Amino acid sequence: MLRFVLTRASLIIPTFVGVTLLAFLLVHLIPGDPIETMAGERGIDPARHAQLRAEYGFDKPLMVQYGIYVGHVLRGDLGISAITHQRVIDEFRQLFPATIELSLCAVIFAIVVGIPAGMLAAVRRNSILDHGIMAMSLTGYSMPIFWWGLLLILLFSSVLGWTPVSGRVDVAYFIEPTTGFLLIDSLLSDQEGAFRSAVSHLILPTIVLGTVPLAVIARMTRSAMLEVLGEDYIRTARAKGLSPIRVVALHALRNALIPVITVIGLSVGTLFTGAILTETIFSWPGVGHWVVDGISRRDYPVVQGAVLMLGTVVMLVNLAVDLLYGLVNPRIRHTS
Amino acid sequence: MRTKLLATACTILALAAAHTASAKTLVYCSEGSPENFYPAINTTGTTFDASSRQLYNRLVEFKRGTTEVQPGLAESWDVSSDGLTFTFHLRHGVKWHTTKTFTPSRDFNADDVIFSFERQWKADNPYYKITSDNHSYFSDMGFPALLKAITKTDDYTVKFELKEPAAPFLADLAMDFASIISKEYADKMMQAGTPEKVDQEPVGTGPFMLVQYQKDAVIRYRAHPQYWAGKAAIDDLVFAITPDVSVRLQKLKANECQVIPYPAPADLDSIRKDSNLILLDQPGLNIGYLAFQTQKKPFDDKRVRQAINMAINKKAIIDAVYLSTGIIAKNPIPPVMWSYNDAVQDYPYDPEKAKKLLAEAGLPNGFETDLWAMPVQRPYNPNARRIAELMQADLAKVGIKAEIKSFEWGEYRKRAQNGEHQMVQLGWTGDNGDPDNFLHVLLGCDAVETNGGNVAKWCYKPFNDLIMEAVRVTDMQKRTELYKQAQVIFKEEAPWVTIAHSIQYVATRANVVDFKLSPFGHHEFYGVDLK
Repeated sequence: MLRFVLTRASLIIPTFVGVTLLAFLLVHLIPGDPIETMAGERGIDPARHAQLRAEYGFDKPLMVQYGIYVGHVLRGDLGISAITHQRVIDEFRQLFPATIELSLCAVIFAIVVGIPAGMLAAVRRNSILDHGIMAMSLTGYSMPIFWWGLLLILLFSSVLGWTPVSGRVDVAYFIEPTTGFLLIDSLLSDQEGAFRSAVSHLILPTIVLGTVPLAVIARMTRSAMLEVLGEDYIRTARAKGLSPIRVVALHALRNALIPVITVIGLSVGTLFTGAILTETIFSWPGVGHWVVDGISRRDYPVVQGAVLMLGTVVMLVNLAVDLLYGLVNPRIRHTS
Repeated sequence: MRTKLLATACTILALAAAHTASAKTLVYCSEGSPENFYPAINTTGTTFDASSRQLYNRLVEFKRGTTEVQPGLAESWDVSSDGLTFTFHLRHGVKWHTTKTFTPSRDFNADDVIFSFERQWKADNPYYKITSDNHSYFSDMGFPALLKAITKTDDYTVKFELKEPAAPFLADLAMDFASIISKEYADKMMQAGTPEKVDQEPVGTGPFMLVQYQKDAVIRYRAHPQYWAGKAAIDDLVFAITPDVSVRLQKLKANECQVIPYPAPADLDSIRKDSNLILLDQPGLNIGYLAFQTQKKPFDDKRVRQAINMAINKKAIIDAVYLSTGIIAKNPIPPVMWSYNDAVQDYPYDPEKAKKLLAEAGLPNGFETDLWAMPVQRPYNPNARRIAELMQADLAKVGIKAEIKSFEWGEYRKRAQNGEHQMVQLGWTGDNGDPDNFLHVLLGCDAVETNGGNVAKWCYKPFNDLIMEAVRVTDMQKRTELYKQAQVIFKEEAPWVTIAHSIQYVATRANVVDFKLSPFGHHEFYGVDLK
């Protein structure tokens, strides 16, 4: 087991190097001079332009810039935002909890609804229920997030008035960002109705962000379950007289979960990309929106920092999935 | 950690207790996050709305909803007869904000004025490089070359000495970059080793004080109880940052916010029909135009330029592209600006006459040209590509074959300033409400060389003489006369096709009283009330 863990963990280093290189190069491939873009119609004095280029280090060769960048990264310095002039790492720290909170809720939503839906579809194979669930999952997967979000806002917030339109909490509540997780902070603040407000603001964004992972998890669960349910040991379990629920929930699901865990791990990457659109629609102050702003404003340090940090998170989550995989499936950890 | 938590809880409780249940709160759904709270190193309206417009004052101010300059922190001023010395008599008894990091020990005085400008001017000032040394507007308005000295004769009198006369100088001092910041606070923060707090936890003399900024989410302000012009009617001002335009409207309809900027053109009708909402509009201080490269053939011939003016159907462009968010432009300055010459007649849409003029100019079969379109949306031009397509079709009818070209935005502007085009779409948003800011910057002779704003590369002595004289003269009537004449010459020589001035809109709830749209596109909340 230890060898398995160490082997998997050692892959982090080359992956990390790859992520830094990608983060750095991709950003510099964005067309347009960031200083010219910032200047807009006003234009910029050539002397001032040269001065700013030198200040930001854009005048050095690309590989030298990369070397300087990596040196800073290893010291924990992700640079300073060209727009707000604040440390990128500080901005990330302020905004990331909001994204984690939303993503976590979306993942939980996707799992809690997706796995039972997939199981049900598999067990009632080829029934109306099965077709219905798979059709809905295909729709969910194909739906543009932006449109889906606006549709939900229109229905539930504007027409029915059941949920708030956007934001993390009602502006009437002045909540100190102690942990950054509003569900926790609102409880700590002891203000009447703050927690309820935070929860109600989470409902629509969670549904919107969780829709695609939900669809994927449901389909994956169904196909994994179908495969497992066809196995000999399931037939044996049934022949032994075990109740259907025990057969399905205990024996079948545990084995079917293995590919589903992988898919959940991969979904984390999707969640961050989906979060960009969800955060924009729901005015959710997370890193997704921060990255998009950085791209359109050519804020190189922010885009680099965000790609690096998010890439690292995705990498670590997938490492955890790999290790979990090894834990759940003994064959994997013994053959590696 | 525990004590910090306890202290925070106590502060919140204290603030809550100090606040009665009848406190008037106005929520503004802003379109973006401010970069920081120091206006001098920024150029976006979003940042000005969040900082200079609510937190700070300037020596002079633009009267709400106009481009007229009125006293601000300076009660009165004298201008020397040679126009080189401006002496400002400062207001007494102006109180600074008291925040959790600062309690002022004195009122506003001349030291604050001198510091606010020297911070942007003198590279050896300890605050010059704090946060950023990119003082864009201070440079853009020509202050480093213009200012000779800023001195105080006593605590309430400040003298600005200029190197040459500049009539727009007063209007420049009403701009956001000229906001007055507290020297006492700056010194205290420098001593404490936290100078950046001056820009992140700002202290001003303005009608509202910053209470809290939750990045990308909410900005909270409270009315300054000792504001020199009288406490604001609104007690609590909240900016709820809502980037998506459709969501802003939904929030307005749900009364989650009471004022929204930049509603989508497609939603304007539904806002007008809703009895709970009010739609306010005003032509912006901007111009969208198509400039000819007058140093390249055949655009050096006035007849060709006039012909193209007559060949383009401007009304169709407004209807198709601007929808109801633009008005046809006939002058290079917008109607809201003083000295706008309404007597000027625009070229009629007359393709037949255009063809005749082209024949007279020796081009009976037309010619080939390029037509540049911006890749981004600008305040004065919602869709340059679409406009280019409409123009291309119009020009084809008179025999002119136009090829549409575009570049990445930074590249586009740079190349246009280099004069690489034949016909280029561009525009301008005014900074200080002075006609010089349009006519000189965009059409003056000294703006023709690389990096200048005169992309038509048009240097015409009679026009230039008028605008250069208008800069030196301080008498408003004389200046108005000069600018009016300049507009007549401009129309005749036609270095541009003036396309449109965009209209800016703001939507509010019906119970919002006296919100005034600023020609500069600013959103100010002093003077606004809730019924």
